[in-house]
Amino acid sequence: MLLSTRDLTKTFPGTRALDAVSFDLKAGEVHALLGENGAGKSTLIKCLTGAYRRDSGDILFEGQPIFPQSTLEAQAIGIGTVYQEVNLLPNLTVAENLTLGHQPRRLGMIRSRAMNAQADEMLSGYGIDIDVRRTLDQYSVAVQQIVAIARAVHLSGRVLILDEPTASLDAREVQMLFDVVRDLRARGLGIIFISHFLDQVFEISDRLTILRNGRHIATCPAAEVDRMQLITLMLGHELQQETATRARPVADGKDAIRFSGVGRRGRIAPFDLTVHKGEVIGMAGLLGSGRTESAEVLFGAAPSDSGTVEDSDGPVDLRNPRAAIAAGFAFAPEDRKTDGIIAELSVRENIILALQARRGWSRPIPQAEQIRMADDYIARLDIRTPDAEKPVGLLSGGNQQKVILARWLATNPRFLILDEPTRGIDVGAHAEILRLIEDVVAQGMSILVISSELDELVAVSHRVIVVRDRQHVSQLTGEDVTTDTIVRAIAAPDLTPEATT
Amino acid sequence: MSIRALPLYATIAIFLLAYLICYIQFPAMLSTRVIGNLLTDNAYLGIVAVGMTIVIISGGIDLSVGSVIAFSGVFIAVVLRDTGIHPLVVFAMLLAITTAFGAAMGGMIYLLAMPPFIVTLAGMFLARGASYMLSIDSVPIADPLYQLMQRAYYVMPGRGRLTLLGMIMIMAVVVGMIVLHRTRFGTNVYALGGGEATARLMGVAVGRTTVAVYAFSGFMAGLSGIVFSVYTSAGYPLATVGVELSAIAAVVIGGTLLTGGSGYMFGTLIGVLTMGLIQTYIVFDGSLSSWWTKIVIGGLLLMFILLQKGLLRLRIHQ
Ligand SMILES: Nc1ncnc2c1ncn2[C@@H]1O[C@H](COP(=O)(O)OP(=O)(O)OP(=O)(O)O)[C@@H](O)[C@H]1O
Ligand SMILES: [Mg+2]
Repeated sequence: MLLSTRDLTKTFPGTRALDAVSFDLKAGEVHALLGENGAGKSTLIKCLTGAYRRDSGDILFEGQPIFPQSTLEAQAIGIGTVYQEVNLLPNLTVAENLTLGHQPRRLGMIRSRAMNAQADEMLSGYGIDIDVRRTLDQYSVAVQQIVAIARAVHLSGRVLILDEPTASLDAREVQMLFDVVRDLRARGLGIIFISHFLDQVFEISDRLTILRNGRHIATCPAAEVDRMQLITLMLGHELQQETATRARPVADGKDAIRFSGVGRRGRIAPFDLTVHKGEVIGMAGLLGSGRTESAEVLFGAAPSDSGTVEDSDGPVDLRNPRAAIAAGFAFAPEDRKTDGIIAELSVRENIILALQARRGWSRPIPQAEQIRMADDYIARLDIRTPDAEKPVGLLSGGNQQKVILARWLATNPRFLILDEPTRGIDVGAHAEILRLIEDVVAQGMSILVISSELDELVAVSHRVIVVRDRQHVSQLTGEDVTTDTIVRAIAAPDLTPEATT
Repeated sequence: MSIRALPLYATIAIFLLAYLICYIQFPAMLSTRVIGNLLTDNAYLGIVAVGMTIVIISGGIDLSVGSVIAFSGVFIAVVLRDTGIHPLVVFAMLLAITTAFGAAMGGMIYLLAMPPFIVTLAGMFLARGASYMLSIDSVPIADPLYQLMQRAYYVMPGRGRLTLLGMIMIMAVVVGMIVLHRTRFGTNVYALGGGEATARLMGVAVGRTTVAVYAFSGFMAGLSGIVFSVYTSAGYPLATVGVELSAIAAVVIGGTLLTGGSGYMFGTLIGVLTMGLIQTYIVFDGSLSSWWTKIVIGGLLLMFILLQKGLLRLRIHQ
């Protein structure tokens, strides 16, 4: 065995995150670690790599007990890690991020040219062409994620650990990553892969280990379980398949919000969009195709420089997000890792934040009301936390996502834009969230869902807009909303049924 | 580089502009003599600001340095007065003390997870108190080496004097630039300022770096104390009150982000010189109250903070 744990236990105040977990990683295998949000996957990784100190149990590296006190020590024995919530340091250059701790030196001085060359080389297998001398924050989340992966791969002499590395990658980038992983596997590395994308798990893994509530549930070859069995093992019960019939949106046009010719030079070509009351509009497209840019124009985060917006009451002011919020809009951005969460504030405070901001700080929401709202969303979104007063930073990654989602739902907007709402959320909660979307829509809210998961779009959307090369290229409605048609619309420009509305 | 370096360019532009204005009014200000004096008069501030730059980029603050400078002066004066130890040995002893003092503060900040503001505030009172313990009055220094050091200068073209003190400051800045921009330690300092938790997960030895950052600042404060005692030929426990704030101002005017993670050592030098230039202008003018220095510095500070806020917005909107 390359790396194993024996009866590893880790307790946080109020939670036993790991309960006597035994786990084995062989050389030359990809071992997927699965479980619900809060099952203890990230905690296991952090104990293995010295980021957390374990309470009890052993960690064996090639049969020898090891006691990593810091991630530096784990790196030294050849364990490279991409942590779930970390996108490296935004203020350092890409090259500095890649080489931090092992920059090439001469006489104690960093040789910047050699450092940049080394960084270029580290990125060469990933098909991104960026200037490594620029600071990391000038690049998209996807690029940052690839940089983090490249760094971990470089540090992984023996073991590579990837904690939800694909959360912000598109299909092409995922394939690129998998090529790299297969190559490392062939070279005899052990790879731990954590993901909520079960397709990816089945594609790349040799073996699976399932955790539930901090306990080891099962380990088996990936070929021996199917999807439903796996989900049942993860949840501890079978997944309730929803067969909800979609309510027709109110298309009488009375309460519709009409965007005509809005766009922004260099970001997204002008487009028209009519949002009906109680309608879910899906938006599909590759990463960087202009999906997020469209959302930012609709929300005033990058205000439109053309066109008009109006509803039944006349023109709508969308000069900036504040105006948009006042007009009853809400936007849960894609990069929630860095934009959304205020780690020190409690779950309750994070949930009421946007609503409070909209009411103005001079009119505080009564404490009882806050508690009621927080408890309500904790129950509806199944947020795993001991109580509403726990600082959000201490929740598992997926549960933090749910808190952000709750924040925007709590403002009860008339038009809600969700950019990748289910990233990093487990299969069980995934279904919950789709159900929740259907609920609020039935009450008259309109939602724009941006997602790379086409199944999800197909499940919730009344119509789907396809974006390519910074243009809205087509719209699919009714029977046409299937994964196949969406894929074709994304790929081939000419097969599209109709033009943009 | 581009957006991040903007405050630095702004600092340099403002300095050049200010110099141009001075020159138009008082052509005599564009002389090596004025420049030489600018360097000498601000040497102690420049040196201590070098340490402060590193502390601030790491995301911390060091309020103790003003008191440490005063302590240094009194310590040197008292030891020279009461013992026969050679001044160079006294300097070495002093630097060891102030470096250890800084390291101890860094250790407290890391181990007790206390805010740097609080720990160094305590350090400020401690160092000030220690100087009073050594002496209540000003202690003159009349060592021959001191006279030598005061008279050591290089005559630049145009008869300006590049004094030893000025040269020490420039050397401190150069050392600071190398440490900050050319060593792994320097990158770790930026990493800390960018996010301590992330830096730790990426393998930065956070504890060691924190200790080293404050030790470095302590060393620079000690060096600044030596220079200040040469400059004034005395040790006085009430000296350099509030210098830590001037140093912070110089660092911020130099384009370093007060919240850490971004800045340049060279900017700090320009920041110090800009503050010195304002003072020189007021001396040349003769009719202006010296309080104008403070007002202009306050205005500049405000401007830079606004500039940085603006840049932050710009970056988010990109
Ligand atoms: N630093 C911490 N302090 C307190 N509790 C913590 C801390 N880190 C994790 N926990 C708790 O430990 C449990 C396991 O969390 P962990 O992050 O390991 O889950 P996970 O399996 O990675 O979930 P996800 O899929 O959402 O990332 C959760 O209940 C979480 O709230
Ligand atoms: Mg996790």
